[in-house]
Amino acid sequence: MESLTLLVLVLDSTLRLSAPLILAALAGLFSERAGIIDIGLEGKMLGAAFAAAATAALTGSPWAGLAAGIAASVLLALVHGYACITHRGNQVVSGVALNILVSGLSAVLGVAWFAEGGRTPQLPGEARFLPLEWPGADALRDVPGLGALYGELLSGHNLIVYIAFLAVPAAAFVLYRTRFGLRLRAAGENPESADTAGIAVSGLRYRALLCTGVACGLAGTYLSLAQSAGFIRDMSAGKGFIALAALIFGKWKPVPAMFACLLFGFLEAVAIRLQGAEVPGVGEVPVQFVQALPYVLTVVLLAGFIGRAIPPRALGVPYVKER
Amino acid sequence: MPRKVAADSARAALRDEMPGSVVPAVELRGVDKRFGRVHANRDVSLAVARGAIHGLVGENGAGKSTLMSILYGFYRADRGEIRVDGRPVAIEDSEDAIAAGIGMVHQHFMLVDTFSVVENMVLGAEGGALLASGMSRARRVLERLARDYALEVPPDARVGDLSVGVQQRVEILKALFRGAEILILDEPTGALTPQEAEHLFRILRRLKAQGKTIILITHKLREVMEVSDRVSVMREGAMVAHRDTARTSIPELAELMVGRRVLLRVEKGEARPGRNLLAVETLSVRDERGTTRVREVSFTVREGEIVGIAGVSGNGQSELLEALAGLRPAFAGHILLRGRPLGEGSGARRSEGLAHVPEDRRRMGLVLPFEVRESAILGYHDDPRYRSAGRLDWASVSRDTEEKMRAFDVRPPDPRRITASLSGGNQQKLVLAREMERDPSVLVVGQPTRGVDIGAIEFIHRRLVAMRDAGKAVLLVSAELDEIMGLCDRILVMFNGRIVGEVPAGAASERELGLLMAGAGARSRALRAP
Repeated sequence: MESLTLLVLVLDSTLRLSAPLILAALAGLFSERAGIIDIGLEGKMLGAAFAAAATAALTGSPWAGLAAGIAASVLLALVHGYACITHRGNQVVSGVALNILVSGLSAVLGVAWFAEGGRTPQLPGEARFLPLEWPGADALRDVPGLGALYGELLSGHNLIVYIAFLAVPAAAFVLYRTRFGLRLRAAGENPESADTAGIAVSGLRYRALLCTGVACGLAGTYLSLAQSAGFIRDMSAGKGFIALAALIFGKWKPVPAMFACLLFGFLEAVAIRLQGAEVPGVGEVPVQFVQALPYVLTVVLLAGFIGRAIPPRALGVPYVKER
Repeated sequence: MPRKVAADSARAALRDEMPGSVVPAVELRGVDKRFGRVHANRDVSLAVARGAIHGLVGENGAGKSTLMSILYGFYRADRGEIRVDGRPVAIEDSEDAIAAGIGMVHQHFMLVDTFSVVENMVLGAEGGALLASGMSRARRVLERLARDYALEVPPDARVGDLSVGVQQRVEILKALFRGAEILILDEPTGALTPQEAEHLFRILRRLKAQGKTIILITHKLREVMEVSDRVSVMREGAMVAHRDTARTSIPELAELMVGRRVLLRVEKGEARPGRNLLAVETLSVRDERGTTRVREVSFTVREGEIVGIAGVSGNGQSELLEALAGLRPAFAGHILLRGRPLGEGSGARRSEGLAHVPEDRRRMGLVLPFEVRESAILGYHDDPRYRSAGRLDWASVSRDTEEKMRAFDVRPPDPRRITASLSGGNQQKLVLAREMERDPSVLVVGQPTRGVDIGAIEFIHRRLVAMRDAGKAVLLVSAELDEIMGLCDRILVMFNGRIVGEVPAGAASERELGLLMAGAGARSRALRAP
């Protein structure tokens, strides 16, 4: 019974920790399937987290915070688009530049506006996205098995977690069953073919980046308004890069990418559980080592265990129509 | 002012030949286009009758593709007018062209390899925000078109898995699905086997019978003569002549294209082969991914003969060439020169007398941003003649390069120009000059005339024959069957990494070679050299 509870707890926090990864990975999916490398997921998440927390702190409304988070992320995505689509700049350089810019800018603005060392003020409950209890969750709590499954695992997450998991089939539908998705994939594989079929490649890529901005905005808002109660410097802590790794791990497909995110979320959840725990024969494992585990595993998985991931063929190549 | 005269006479001819009663399906009037300093189209006019197959011929860079790209909305003309069915239309982009009933099959297919046939068909013409209805409509249309025009394709196959000939059918289907009445095909037979080309011509004739108008851009005059009703010839950006196909001939068209008389047949005497020079014994070669691309290939090349390797590209010829040149390790087997194994690496092979003209001059043969004299000594920079006091002696390199350029008619013969500024034909002659002027005993040459003008082709062929007559061994890989048949003394056919047949050049028929290239009739002939 003890170990079952432990398992449920770990899985429960797996869902919570995976949610922002999934949203960010889907954000990257839209961008990269359209042919634009998005190394700036990290920056967009961080920017959204800051904008959401700052706005929620000022207005007291999580919804205003969410809107601000999405707006900030969309704006950053459009800057990336302006550099890479309109001016055919190097997509990696632009993404890295945005990451550095946001990391510095959020800290500076945080200090200037709130004078709390780069943090935003601690948010009260009503300014955050709080766990939603499903009907009957309490009543079922004591039923063995079902109680844990329904009451702990399914119920009791905040809105954005549910959005994240619903976004996966939604993204798959858009990508594979709609005109927009077909054209987006064509733009990422062979933009000339889209162009000769009468499709404006630049416009399409901008629209893909809008989707990226919205999804990344949700991911960032989650960090500061749901997972934490406010913004902390560099709180995205590499999640954008983990999401990018999950996207590659999932071969640029929505459902496999989700499973990759769940794996990384699970590792993180286990790492948190393991902190301070005694491992038989080894003793207490240093916290830093445990925290490094997901990243070490990322490297190992990407290096050898996923087979050949074939990226969209035109990924990273600016589309030049008239030579 | 010969150009102006040519353009004027073309315009006059056009007026004479267009009676007012028949409205052409497509008409281009006075189209002019510049790319920077390049004048790609000079006041070009063209009228194409409905329900006809109209050939458009010209050398590389004559402006055919530019003209058609303007018609298809890929480029915008600086001046000029486009009429469809007699009405002026504004074609700003491909969408406008499609709306005007114009479809194009590009030389490099505009297909998404990872999409299915049906997905490729509906791309850009989905018929709604959701795909389902458009896809099922495409499926129905596909069935009908397959019946009507012999355009069979598997609807759910991944396009990247299909052969080139079938991919081309997908391109044609794409255009027809969008309601194209006018179909432009840009060099459609470049990558096809003779049988696939025949199939394409059958499709084109059926389309014509159904009243479609077809514009065929090509440099293969034989194909124009076979399939077209009328031919227009372009040279240096201008339209120089219009002819009824029935009333012209290949030599006349060639002369119009080049602007002077050209020798189409390679003039060569009997081969007088001597001793074996190059021997390849059960050679196998693998590519980077470990796939075996050349399988136990054996053959010999003797002094004083040209041996050709025919085959559809991608059947192991490239890997064989690279293995011979020392650019790719042999996985198994031996390569012998005068009975002795060759050293490893291209440098060693060159110094032992095996020179190599790579298939892709831009990627492997030259460094395009280099000056010509730098490109001209690639691989030979250790030559003591180019050195003085431990450094490169650029004066000597320049002198030597200029000599080579004059010997091979590379124009302009200026060793300080940037390599990329030379035309394709001159770049190719530069590579040939570099490799042939060293007097190697074996020359291994890939696609010597790909993307090269007729005039330069003639020159290159003459040099290869001269080399043969001087008692050297030449191994030639080419995708152009005409070239192989015209130039070689023996022809080996490669299919799927094996040599599936050997035919003495005199006895070779295109049909037989085509069947061997397609893998049919493999093993029906003796594989050994005589």
